Amino acid sequence: MIKEAINFLSSPVYSFTGFLVLFWIALKRIDIVGTKKFGWALLIGTLLIFGWMVADPIFFSIISLPDNIPIIILNALVFWSTWFALYKGNQNDIRIAAGEPPIEGTPENREKVWAWPNLVYTELFCGILCTIFLVVWAIFFKAPLEEPANPTWAPNPAKAPWYFLGLQEMLVYFDPWMAGVVLPGLILVGLIALPFIDMNPKGNGYYTFKERKFAITAFLFGWLALWVFLIQVGTFLRGPNWTFYGPFEYWDAHKVVAENNINLSEIIWIKLFNVGLPKNILLREIFGLIATFAYMVGIVPLITKKWGHRYLKSLGAIRYYILIFLLLSMMSLPIKMYLRWFFNLKYILAMPEFELNL
Amino acid sequence: MSEEAKTSLNRREFFSFLAVGWITFGAATAGLASLVFRFLYPNVVFEPAMDFIAGFPDDYPEGVDERWKNGFGVWIYKKDGRLVAMSNICTHLGCIPTWLPAESKFKCPCHGSGYYPNGINFEGPAPRPLERFKISRDAEGKIIVDKTKVFRYEKGEWNNTDAFIEV
Repeated sequence: MIKEAINFLSSPVYSFTGFLVLFWIALKRIDIVGTKKFGWALLIGTLLIFGWMVADPIFFSIISLPDNIPIIILNALVFWSTWFALYKGNQNDIRIAAGEPPIEGTPENREKVWAWPNLVYTELFCGILCTIFLVVWAIFFKAPLEEPANPTWAPNPAKAPWYFLGLQEMLVYFDPWMAGVVLPGLILVGLIALPFIDMNPKGNGYYTFKERKFAITAFLFGWLALWVFLIQVGTFLRGPNWTFYGPFEYWDAHKVVAENNINLSEIIWIKLFNVGLPKNILLREIFGLIATFAYMVGIVPLITKKWGHRYLKSLGAIRYYILIFLLLSMMSLPIKMYLRWFFNLKYILAMPEFELNL
Repeated sequence: MSEEAKTSLNRREFFSFLAVGWITFGAATAGLASLVFRFLYPNVVFEPAMDFIAGFPDDYPEGVDERWKNGFGVWIYKKDGRLVAMSNICTHLGCIPTWLPAESKFKCPCHGSGYYPNGINFEGPAPRPLERFKISRDAEGKIIVDKTKVFRYEKGEWNNTDAFIEV
């Protein structure tokens, strides 16, 4: 009964929404999340729930696949480092509010040490430990030996390496040009551009949340909700034919899910106006073109007026508009996901004639 | 010519040595680069042939036939007096969909694109229908499938006379 409820609630539309709500609450109530008490409660609660879930044979068979073990480790590390940063930031924010310097800025912590040997020794030992870990791993979890590659056959489900599963899940909602080339390219370029866009000198050398609220929220949203969360979905919740399966659901290859997707042009011309698709491509896709233009260009002045004007002043026009462009590109993913879930929308702009679909 | 004159180079000799040196260096580098470039291409390619003879139209039942899928990457589809050869490459990102006879559809294992038996996309992210190959008959009446020529639905090419044979 509980397991069925969990299966139902872990379908992407509910679990993603739930994740966003939790994310929002966690950053809103950082004074509670960023305490040791909460950290311990979270750890014990997670371990209890995880232990209960592992007792289920289907869930155990999913998580114990050799490919999925690194993702369990990744989850633990992401959980830990996110909470730790928020905890440290919260501590410093309290100190700063009380007029004290951050912990990293206290006289005893300002003392400097030599890079050699202090830093280099630490790095050496980290390197040795990583090597030992990888060797032991390679001994215990062997790479599977399969038949020779056959270009006319694909395994079912065909899964990318674990670190790309978020990208593969993203491809469900986009054309390969968008999710495979444009958006990953923007992620890389955007991450490189961040230090040049972010002019806020606060937070240099010490943890803080309140002094960098927007930067941390935007980054954690992209990292946790749009990358780590999608890896979870792609790894644990996608089975044969890339159909969704709950964590306790048997991977039945014949599970039928109705997901007839239609383009925006078909929704408007056929369903709304009840006429056929126009022959002319531009006329056919006019609404998609308008929607895309409105989203990428039209709402920029509105954002600037409502919220962005102070950033426009502090960052300068070039930095500000690059920031807005990156933010809008990032938000296009969750928007497209919700459009798919609610309206079965395949493409806003569908021009397969030119391999251009958004 | 005296002995001392030979010990030093004049300006013209210096530049000709320099030119010979650079040309040699350039030629050696180009030769090495061309070897590396050649190395990128395999000596033998184990790919299915681009055209093949697929027997007589009467050999095929109505609907989707999978017999050439593993050898040549082609599904034969027979319906309403027309026989076509369909590509088995998903138009989304190039995976190989699975034919599910019980559900009467093709379903891609990579991102969940689904196609009707005739190759029209209806599920998942696939932006366009499966491509069709050139199909014709030889003098004996056997089917010849030629994968070098593709016909795309969204370009209105499926009614091209080379895209199907009447049966």
